[in-house]
Amino acid sequence: MAKNRTEKTLKSILFYAGAVALCAPPLFVFVWMILTGLKTGVQNISYPPQFIFMPTLENFRAVFAQYNFFHYLMNSLIIATLATAISLVLGLPAAYSIAKYRQGKIGLLILIARMTPFVSYLLPWYIIFRYLKLIDSYTALTVTHLIITMPMVIWLMVSFFESMPSELEDAAMIDGCSRWQSFIKIVLPLMRNGIATSAIMAFIFSWNQFLFSLILSGPQTKTVPVAVYNFISYGKIDWAGIGAAATLIVLPVSIFAFFVRKSIVQGLTMGALKD
Amino acid sequence: MTAALSAITRFVDRRQRIFFPAPAVAVLFLIIVLPIAFNLYLTFTKWTVGLGQPQFIGFDNFVEAFGDERVWNGVRVMIYFSGASLALELGLGLLIAIYFNRAFRGSEAVQAIYIIPFAATPVAVALIWRIMLNPDIGVINYMLRSVGLPPGLWVSNEHMVIPTLVMVDVWKWTPMITLIVLAGLKSLPPDPYEAARIDGANPLQIFWYITLPLIRPVLIAALMLRSLDNLKEFDLIYTITQGGPGIASETLYLYSYNVSFGYFKAGYGSALMVVVFLVVLVFNVLMNRLRRDASAV
Repeated sequence: MAKNRTEKTLKSILFYAGAVALCAPPLFVFVWMILTGLKTGVQNISYPPQFIFMPTLENFRAVFAQYNFFHYLMNSLIIATLATAISLVLGLPAAYSIAKYRQGKIGLLILIARMTPFVSYLLPWYIIFRYLKLIDSYTALTVTHLIITMPMVIWLMVSFFESMPSELEDAAMIDGCSRWQSFIKIVLPLMRNGIATSAIMAFIFSWNQFLFSLILSGPQTKTVPVAVYNFISYGKIDWAGIGAAATLIVLPVSIFAFFVRKSIVQGLTMGALKD
Repeated sequence: MTAALSAITRFVDRRQRIFFPAPAVAVLFLIIVLPIAFNLYLTFTKWTVGLGQPQFIGFDNFVEAFGDERVWNGVRVMIYFSGASLALELGLGLLIAIYFNRAFRGSEAVQAIYIIPFAATPVAVALIWRIMLNPDIGVINYMLRSVGLPPGLWVSNEHMVIPTLVMVDVWKWTPMITLIVLAGLKSLPPDPYEAARIDGANPLQIFWYITLPLIRPVLIAALMLRSLDNLKEFDLIYTITQGGPGIASETLYLYSYNVSFGYFKAGYGSALMVVVFLVVLVFNVLMNRLRRDASAV
């Protein structure tokens, strides 16, 4: 009996040791990013690398004061919010209809949209926006971000709608609601988990989007991924600045993802398993 | 007035299957289908953006691509990078999922930690990797030296650059595969496992004869999902190496970007992107067939 218990404890210790080892890589890069942001420029390039030091918030102050980072954060926030909102308004009824009436042809359009390389969209849009003098405008960036967020919202929401029982909606129809009313009053409130997940996924992917913003943004509309990338394009790499800026960019989306992690996995799994 | 309104409501109601998706389809058509059509047209032209008009040249762009050494280099890099990273992400994702597939204290924490790389902005974490991979003072070489292993040149060496990029991609995306497979494992029926335990099967036999066949549809679905982005990986490679040293890590996709926005050769760049699209398409059609076979068993 006693031997059995020791064996059990040993097994559990071994299991947790393995679990810690498996969680170390994702955590380490994240922690190193924050540490880089909290070190001075000199501490960052000293060897051996310092793990224990006096943290400073100077880099965060400098990122806002010298690099105008607040402006870029606002740009990213505005564009991601606009792209997400438009995707939801247009995408929710579409996804509902695709799920309800099995409109496979629209589903195929979504799949093609996801398979096409982004540069294929970027070149025509660059030519069009250059002609319309809309390079470096919120319009250009929001429109191109929709290319990513709309298919994502529709694709995820189709799976969520398909898993919804139809009885409740039928009851609403009998009570004399129009289809539009029952969609707004019954279906959407039932789907709030799915909607929150799709919205956060769309927001994350718009926030993280680099390629479209790299070409179509300018001094006025630069988003945070492009802004942080520019930290290295002057030959000299400002490690401390990158650490602070990267932390400011990654932290909000990580917190978002943290709160809806369960339904993100559920959404991805359902989406992936669909025909 | 109310009568007219209710007439409109009835009209829309009866045609829900048209009116509900119509706005989204119209916008998708405008922002996705038209650019693709324009892109296909450019494929058959020679045109430098900003200089004159597109000239129709038939299939010459594809002929040029066939003889372009950088295209073949791009195909090789793409196969190497995607083959290695997809295989590792799937293999490791499956093994780690099996490891965590049990009830234990802290499973919530694992899920919370594993969602971080998925959400983290690729450009930002790629820059952090660049810092960590610095051959002289980077923390990775420091850790290798302190356990007595030789330090690496990582992305500065043309033979090391793709394995290094694969490592970063595996770091970023294995956790997502793990979470998807873990959700799949939790939904597997318990009966075959009980039967196997009664028959005295060992863990390896259980893995090979029960878990693997049952989880195969989930694995293939996760692979397809991942391949959509992996074959078109841009952010990580562009941020860490920009295709270098030389063209040692320039995938076909990155080359098509350079042709389009570095040299502004719109026609040739478009043709290369069609090739990238065809690769993604063929890969997904093959996987889809494999998945049907897997679920049919």
